[in-house]
Amino acid sequence: MNKIWWKILSFILLVYTIVCGFLLEVPRLDILNETIRNLYFHVCMWFGMMILFIISFVYSIKYLRGFNYRNDIFARHFAEVGCLFGILGYLTGIIWVKVTWVTDQGQSLASVLKEPKLIGAAIALLIYGAYFVLRESFTDIDKRARVSAVYNIFAFAMLFPSIWIIPRLVGSLHPGAPGSDSGNPALNKNDMDATMRMVFYPAVIGWTLLGVWIATLKIRLSLISEKNIFEVKKMD
Amino acid sequence: MKKLILIAIVCLCSSLAFAQNKPEMADIMRSNGKIYDVVAVCLTILIGLFIYVFIVDRKISKIEKNK
Repeated sequence: MNKIWWKILSFILLVYTIVCGFLLEVPRLDILNETIRNLYFHVCMWFGMMILFIISFVYSIKYLRGFNYRNDIFARHFAEVGCLFGILGYLTGIIWVKVTWVTDQGQSLASVLKEPKLIGAAIALLIYGAYFVLRESFTDIDKRARVSAVYNIFAFAMLFPSIWIIPRLVGSLHPGAPGSDSGNPALNKNDMDATMRMVFYPAVIGWTLLGVWIATLKIRLSLISEKNIFEVKKMD
Repeated sequence: MKKLILIAIVCLCSSLAFAQNKPEMADIMRSNGKIYDVVAVCLTILIGLFIYVFIVDRKISKIEKNK
């Protein structure tokens, strides 16, 4: 956690993302035009969110296996930074929707609001929001950790139908929906060429590492502030 | 000579028409180098953010050592 190499790696990868992401050639496509470069930022937020939620899920299971309070703190903060990434992904998506779906495709506001991908992502984020509300509503630390670990597993399970399965079943405006030419509702792989992949995958790793870094900072802070809890537990 | 000029004009017109059919990209921004300003601004923000996170990291490390 305190090692420095992956923090520097994150920095280098993000500098690379910005320099190459803006300067390299991208495929010339209708409607998308230059905004295809948003892929290096908007899509990476969702990838980062997914990875952080997976880490949080693993720590929740680890907590339930041994009831080690440390694992509960880990799960909580990874979920928190995951939510931050999700909200950033949502906000950047709104900006992107405005120029591609509303202005260039001429979609009405009603069809954008009915968009299953947006509703699904909102549901997923709200379920994680309820996780934090649930946590804070307990005064007993052990009960809080136990119930919220179980709830976190449930929230992670709900993530899949709401953002992966349902947008695949019904038509979606989002690139890669069944209506368009590839069957993946996350991104249209046919729109990307080799140059874009060369920037996109390092960008995903860079943003995710930044998220992990922020999460570890918060974890270390709460390990310090809740130090006395650990000491009491040791005395037990 | 006249024929050559005529052919040249026709070629130019057709290439212009062809260019208009292609999706519009920010080529002017790239050719006059203003894209470098955008990259510089984004890099400054990124570096600033990283310096901030790094300082917070070091402060937490110090507290961890003192406890």
